[in-house]
Amino acid sequence: MCSLASFPPPLPSGQTTLCESNNELLSGTASEHPQKQVRVSPFRHSLKLHSRTESSSKADGRTDTHTPTHTHSPVSCVLVVPKWLSVSSGFSLALLRWFSSFHGSMFPHLTLSSEDMLAEFSQVLNWSDCVVRAFAWHPHTDKFALALLDDSIKIYNPKSATTPTLKHRLQRSVAAVQWKPLCASALAVACQNCSLVWHVDPCSLSTRPSSGCAQVLSHPGHSPVTSIAWSPSGSLLLSASPMDTAMMVWDVASESCVPLQRVGGGGVTFLSWSPDGSHVLASTPSALFRVWETRMWTCERWPCVKGRCQSGCWSPDGSRLLFAVQGEAVIYAMTFSDKPGPQAAAAVADLSETTFNTAKGDITVGGEIQSLSWDPTGERLAVLLKGDPQAADRPAIIAVFKTRSNPIFELLPCGFVQGELDAEPRLMQFHPNFQHGALLTVCWSNGRITHVPFYFLSAGVPHFGLGGSPSLPRPQEGAADFANQSLFTELIS
Amino acid sequence: MFSNEQSCWFVRKVVCWRAVASIAWAVLLLLPITALFVILSRFSLLHPIQTISECLSFATCASAIFSLILMCGVIIMVGFLNLEYYTVIPTIACSRIALLGQLLHPRQLVHSLAHCIMGTIVAWCCAVTIGGRYESIGGPCIQNDDTDRLPQMCLNEYHLILLLAGAFVGFSHSLLGVIYNMNYVSFHTVQQYKYLRFKGSLLLVVRCSSTQALYCVRNYIVMYFFLGYIPKAWICKTLNLHLNSSVHPLDSIPGLLDPSLLYHQWISASFLLFTWHITLLLFRIFVTEVYSFPVQSSFTEDAHQCLPKVLTDKQPMILKFLALQDFALLSQHSPSRRCEVFSLSQPGGHPHNWNAITKECLSLLADLTQRLVAYHDTVATNGRSKSLSSGSERKTSSESSVTSGPEDLMSPRPAMLLRTPASVFARSIGGFPQSPLTAPFTPDLDSPFSSPALRRLTAPMDQCSPWFGTVQSPHIMRRAPKLWSTSTDSQVNGSPPASPASVPSPKQEPSKPSRLAQFLQNRKEQVKNFLAKRALIMYLFNKLPEASSQALFADSQAHIWALEGGNRCCTLSLISMWIPAVFADTTCTLLCRPPGLSYLVQASFSEDQFGVVQTTLPSILGSMLVLQEAVDRHFKLPHASSKPVRSAGSLGESTHKTLRFALRATLKTSIYRITTTFGNHLNAVKMSAEHRKRLQLFLEYKE
Repeated sequence: MCSLASFPPPLPSGQTTLCESNNELLSGTASEHPQKQVRVSPFRHSLKLHSRTESSSKADGRTDTHTPTHTHSPVSCVLVVPKWLSVSSGFSLALLRWFSSFHGSMFPHLTLSSEDMLAEFSQVLNWSDCVVRAFAWHPHTDKFALALLDDSIKIYNPKSATTPTLKHRLQRSVAAVQWKPLCASALAVACQNCSLVWHVDPCSLSTRPSSGCAQVLSHPGHSPVTSIAWSPSGSLLLSASPMDTAMMVWDVASESCVPLQRVGGGGVTFLSWSPDGSHVLASTPSALFRVWETRMWTCERWPCVKGRCQSGCWSPDGSRLLFAVQGEAVIYAMTFSDKPGPQAAAAVADLSETTFNTAKGDITVGGEIQSLSWDPTGERLAVLLKGDPQAADRPAIIAVFKTRSNPIFELLPCGFVQGELDAEPRLMQFHPNFQHGALLTVCWSNGRITHVPFYFLSAGVPHFGLGGSPSLPRPQEGAADFANQSLFTELIS
Repeated sequence: MFSNEQSCWFVRKVVCWRAVASIAWAVLLLLPITALFVILSRFSLLHPIQTISECLSFATCASAIFSLILMCGVIIMVGFLNLEYYTVIPTIACSRIALLGQLLHPRQLVHSLAHCIMGTIVAWCCAVTIGGRYESIGGPCIQNDDTDRLPQMCLNEYHLILLLAGAFVGFSHSLLGVIYNMNYVSFHTVQQYKYLRFKGSLLLVVRCSSTQALYCVRNYIVMYFFLGYIPKAWICKTLNLHLNSSVHPLDSIPGLLDPSLLYHQWISASFLLFTWHITLLLFRIFVTEVYSFPVQSSFTEDAHQCLPKVLTDKQPMILKFLALQDFALLSQHSPSRRCEVFSLSQPGGHPHNWNAITKECLSLLADLTQRLVAYHDTVATNGRSKSLSSGSERKTSSESSVTSGPEDLMSPRPAMLLRTPASVFARSIGGFPQSPLTAPFTPDLDSPFSSPALRRLTAPMDQCSPWFGTVQSPHIMRRAPKLWSTSTDSQVNGSPPASPASVPSPKQEPSKPSRLAQFLQNRKEQVKNFLAKRALIMYLFNKLPEASSQALFADSQAHIWALEGGNRCCTLSLISMWIPAVFADTTCTLLCRPPGLSYLVQASFSEDQFGVVQTTLPSILGSMLVLQEAVDRHFKLPHASSKPVRSAGSLGESTHKTLRFALRATLKTSIYRITTTFGNHLNAVKMSAEHRKRLQLFLEYKE
């Protein structure tokens, strides 16, 4: 089992991680490598702008969350109502409250307001004050979508000069965005009251697509939506809400949905579709998660000992699931094979707190895990560690592992990814088809987005599944890449 | 009715047994539903214990058992009617008059009558179950004004009102069934086990039947208030009963607004609708269950049951749909069966399975393209022909020089039955000529006066409408007359109907129209103009805006599956073909790392080791692109891209309204699936420059 103790120590403050090359992480100060900043700077400007304007709208958000307490009791208003009516309605309200408090004591998350709930179950660290609330790379091309604090979404494409901004009346508190696979234009957005599917024409020159371009997918009782997942074949969209015990399978074109209801757990918080399309991870707010099989839509229940499943990710061939449980600093792995048999999750990495001695004092790294991300070649695993916001020497940090699946599945240390001074990582995602290895995109708390490339030659061959639909192929990968692969992997191991 | 014996095996062996199983489950479920109904109908808040004891005592008496048997009979009958009337292609009425025609069709009248009678029977059972004042139709009473004070048999109006309510609800159920396409069986996008599907939709059924019962009871009360005296008098007369003058008549406001009466009416209507809806739901679930067809069989006598054969069958439609569904699932989930698809025949080495399947899928797509092109042309020319009063001949001759792009891919398919989707009796149109009422209810007849009746007035032999299978390519379709008047003209004049063999004839014929034809033409225009000014007629004959678009895509589920299945299969096979090619020079790498790549090589071998797909790839891509173009053009029409109102909580299927969107999305995804898989390797595929340009857009993710 891999632990943080075998990692190289974190960088001294002021140094940022630039890339991985020749099997080691390179670092430098921000001024040393201006060319690395070029891609980022156009975004930084706009994001900074937004973060400034956001302070006002954030205040609005605060008042929003508080207003329910004022308007909570309709009985106490000044209107003159008959006494029997007020008494009876007061009584029924009290009964209802008592009942819902009983329900809430079973599932404490139901008492949260919807903003708090989104912050609690989001994959983003400190979602409520994060400038970039959601991020998604397009699965096939070099473009990505960003959801900002002011509930707008921007789409950046290096090949076009326009950056469309998507705004919609219902697009509030965006928790997740995801592009539809095998499609150029469709972007699904998880919002507070519904899910939206935008159709952004890539050839269009308009910077403000009208809200007519968005399909609204709503279902009574299914809000707030905290997670969405497209099937890798692009045909179905899953959406989940912690308030709803059913997860919805949407046929987006016809806007119809099939609820898949399982009562235990009290809701669904996080969804992750395996890249080969055969399984879906669905975690609940209680110490239980499910793995659905997508052929007949049956599920396995996996009770956890300690807390709920916080995050999870799939290996590229869909045979292995890594997940992290709240309250534990361990990454678990689970294998899925065609052969039925007793399965259990095995701990593969121990991320308990480890103290490193650096020149500027001790830094403690480790603890609970916020999110996991596995690159599409299956060679690098990025883990976002929560850290402790109160203590200065225990920052949130991204730990990157090398992964091997042959001969046995193994995690090997690679290093920590750090940003500028006082910037903590909030959100990360791997580029879906980076040709020279893996490209990790990190959104930082200061509104900056950086791309950290990991240069290596992939040993894994894309597995065109025997046991399912084809995994997403990467057309650009030519024969040249393949010639040296195996040799190189022999080297790193 | 099914002339084809091979189709029969499926109906006989599968569909019937599924229907029987669904009916059996419905009958089994009737017992708990009835128990619930007994409790709810007799429930009194103040005496809960008494309610239970009453219910228990009722459960043991003979009338209860008799009524239960009766209701079982009703359920079996309903199940049988479901089996008889179901369709997998929705019937979409393109104008109000067409809807009226559907409602008044003899077959539909039989359906309504049967439901009326069954509703009465169930209502009688309900009356017996509720007991009390509803128990029997007649009872002894003493008339006040009678001097001799002899007890007479009087009419129990409470019983009557319940019976009539049952009949009304049954009738309106049948009527709404036509309007909301209740007999349309749609296939789910998500496969689930039957029990889970049933459990998932149970709540919806409860909600939907209770609300529908509420509306029915409301309408019924209004009707009874105004017309209630007619059945009352009639029953009194036939059964020789008297009216009890000592009690209030029920067709008055205080009589009808009795809460207990309303409650009992509502709960019996809900019970009735719930049992019927459950039967319908179970039927749908059972009949749409995936059926796994063998890809190839080692015995020749089973060959007609194999997937390639079954796909090409026209009748029954359910067989075709299930086969296509199975094909789509096969392409996604079962590698071993895919392998059979790619295999070669043992003596000869021909990929018969693959060829048969592709041919069928491609012809489905080509057919849809053709239909779209023809529809588009009809709409376009009708828009222009407004200005031409009688000169449609000129137009057709000038249009004949227009060439259409897609015909190179169209394989001529005479007698394509899918072309007339809007027949109520899609299952049976193969056997006999279409009945005059249903035949022309097709979306092509865009003129407001394309009613069957008018058509029949002018043209007794109506079989040669452009949709009836004699026309084979969009070329001919364009040359064929667009307006009903001209189409009938040529027939009245005794000219042969437009056929591909006699291409020049429609050109020459209209150039010298006889005087008589001219005269008739002018008359018709006058009649048309006269009728067009009458509001009611326009109301009835006006096309419902979206309906024609819906009707065009009525059977798109088949196309969606054909696209998904065919495309997935070919993607998989081609991946496996080019991988060995790409890696041919890295054999040493292959040898060095056996586990990883052997898996891959094995996969490629298992998927398509003979390369049977590569010959069909150009035509697959071509037909997809042509269809894509046609669909894009169609969505530019007004009303085509407007979304229907979502009807939540109704059991009537509305999926057919959105099939065109689903088809468009699937089509795009399918093309992207091919382009992402092959990338630049597609440049080696032969295709026309126009297609290549279009494909380039897909390769650059700009579509």
